[in-house]
Amino acid sequence: MSSPTRFKKTSLIALAIAIVLIIVGIVVNLLPIPDDSMWRVLFGVSTLNFTLRATVPLALGAMAGILCERTGIINIGIEGMMLAGAYAGFVAKVATNSWPLMPSLLFGVAAALLAGAAMGYIHALFSIKFKMDQIISGTFLILLAGGLTAYLFNPDMVAEGKFSPIAIPFLSKIPVIGDIFFNNPPITYTALILVAILHVALFHTKWGLRSRAAGEHPRAADTVGINVNFYRYMNTTLGGMVAGLAGGFLVLEAVGQFQEGMTAGRGFISLAAMIFGNWMPFGALGAATLFGYTQGVQNALLLAGVVNIPRHFISMLPYLVTIIAVAGFVGRVRPPAAEGKVYETEGSSE
Amino acid sequence: MGNFSLRRLFRSLLIPILAVITALIVGAVIMWLAGDNPIAAYKGLFQGAFGSARGWATTIRKWSPLLLTGLSVAIAFQAGLFNIGASGQFMMGTIFSVWVGINFADMPAIIHVPLAISAGILGGLLWGAIPGILKVTTGAHEVITTIMLNYIAALFAGWTVYAGGSQGQKPGPLWDPAAKAISQTPPVVESARIPFIFGPPYRVHWGIALAIITIFVMAWIIYKTTIGFELRTVGQNFKASKYAGIRVGWTIILAMMLAGALAGMAGAIETLGVNFKFAPEFGGSVGFDGITVALLGQTNPFGVGLAAFFLASLAAGGAKMQFDSGVSSDIIQVINALLLAFVAAPAIIRYIYRIRKSPEEQETTPKISWGG
Repeated sequence: MSSPTRFKKTSLIALAIAIVLIIVGIVVNLLPIPDDSMWRVLFGVSTLNFTLRATVPLALGAMAGILCERTGIINIGIEGMMLAGAYAGFVAKVATNSWPLMPSLLFGVAAALLAGAAMGYIHALFSIKFKMDQIISGTFLILLAGGLTAYLFNPDMVAEGKFSPIAIPFLSKIPVIGDIFFNNPPITYTALILVAILHVALFHTKWGLRSRAAGEHPRAADTVGINVNFYRYMNTTLGGMVAGLAGGFLVLEAVGQFQEGMTAGRGFISLAAMIFGNWMPFGALGAATLFGYTQGVQNALLLAGVVNIPRHFISMLPYLVTIIAVAGFVGRVRPPAAEGKVYETEGSSE
Repeated sequence: MGNFSLRRLFRSLLIPILAVITALIVGAVIMWLAGDNPIAAYKGLFQGAFGSARGWATTIRKWSPLLLTGLSVAIAFQAGLFNIGASGQFMMGTIFSVWVGINFADMPAIIHVPLAISAGILGGLLWGAIPGILKVTTGAHEVITTIMLNYIAALFAGWTVYAGGSQGQKPGPLWDPAAKAISQTPPVVESARIPFIFGPPYRVHWGIALAIITIFVMAWIIYKTTIGFELRTVGQNFKASKYAGIRVGWTIILAMMLAGALAGMAGAIETLGVNFKFAPEFGGSVGFDGITVALLGQTNPFGVGLAAFFLASLAAGGAKMQFDSGVSSDIIQVINALLLAFVAAPAIIRYIYRIRKSPEEQETTPKISWGG
């Protein structure tokens, strides 16, 4: 089971669209096209920068989903995990406002990771030990995080400072590409590296093979001595951490403050990206880029004042694409086979 | 026999009641940890919901949308489907009913009100049919499609009342020019408004009567008709129902249409009886609350009615709680979330209270997976 299903049609489509977007963007910005032309609006550096900023939390959220779902735990609670991470990161940052900026921000990141991990662990505990329906457990996380952060949030608290861009030596000097990819704040780099790490880890390590086995055929995995539920606990908790990092990104890198409900559906778009990317890290990154681009281009169109299509319809795109993908109109997506099923070792059931 | 069924009734009520108590206790602990006074909060909550005629009126006003979205989720559960789409269906019901409600000004109320409510039901029904049809024809899982359709419905509804932009974006078709920059519809005309049982300041309208009648209608459909039987059979044993000659595909679509119709009716009643207009921020968490209501009510229509009443009282008491005790009413969403967890996983309650599982006890939530 090591390689044949690595790239499926939809994940390739998602990836291809993302790559075409980037190439067109680079070409457009290298050519002497006048600033007010449509090409510049649709593919200018500022649009692409905004796209990347919008893509990062979606990509992280999708990685969180992949981590959980590849081991067989459905995770529709990404939204809640993100929000918990955002709030924890914010509170930790505010508590350490008096520290130098960098340690204070890193403390915020640590808190975001921890809160996400806690949410992930709760999801695993409810799904595995208490056999709660995993979709309901995910719904619970969304409601809990929404309620708890709104209840605890004190609007008088202000976080001072956020991560600023770090230019990568030499690479950031490359025209266009450098401006888009190599002059970003740290969590953006982390997110992109994480996608590559997750791909290698899932498909080229023992951990990945065992994780996927737990999600595809837990009985067989158990037979060869893999502790299915251990992997499920571990990966769901790790997934929570990654979703928490997405929340940390929003507070510590993008916005700089916390707002009630600030994840604003990003967890669900992440879910969509994961599905459209067919549970593949790079496929999901491609889908996240496409969805991020729909946000970036909306912004650019609004600024340029040339909107003919109402922005509401552009915003629908991620959701429509996902429905089309799950309905199999462009090559069916296939979730891990044992997803959503409680696994009990033989003889252990009540 | 009588003795036996009484014991069964006690059994079926035990978990929900313990879940409510436990959620309130955990909510109190959270308030206490956050430095609030839980006793003062619950006192304010109770007084807000039941301490005055106006409190009762608010509870009853909030009861009907929760009841109907709860029934929506419950009927889908009965057929083994998970309807996360109640909020989208609610939204489409709202838009359809508000369109009828702001037009046809010279129609008599006796026709206009039922027509506007029917339009809402139709809007929800059509929106609910989509995930049903997609599931049957393509196998697309209703959880994913309903989540996505929620957002599409919210964006569509937002567009219909969009006030337009400063840079020449066109306003939406239902936008009220008199509202200037505010995105909202014109007010629903008098003849389309659901009449009050108790007028202002109580503002209890006849929609609640319609909702209660709907409980009985749903109970009749689920337990006394062939359709209901087929629906429950599909929910309990998909394969066997196929062999038994039930048209499984049609039953699934029908269940989703019914679920959508109920949520759409909730949207219509809120619009024509309470809000009298639509603005994008309406709707809120009513879809998710429907899940809690359906599970707390054990997916039984009468149970759903009781559960919705409980959640409505929480929602109604929130304002007074915040005013009296200074505790943010956001804690109520936390309590709702905990409640959802405890009713969805009776194992947690059994674990806490050391209750043994009785052999005849049935799982109230369907077992679902993406693969379908």
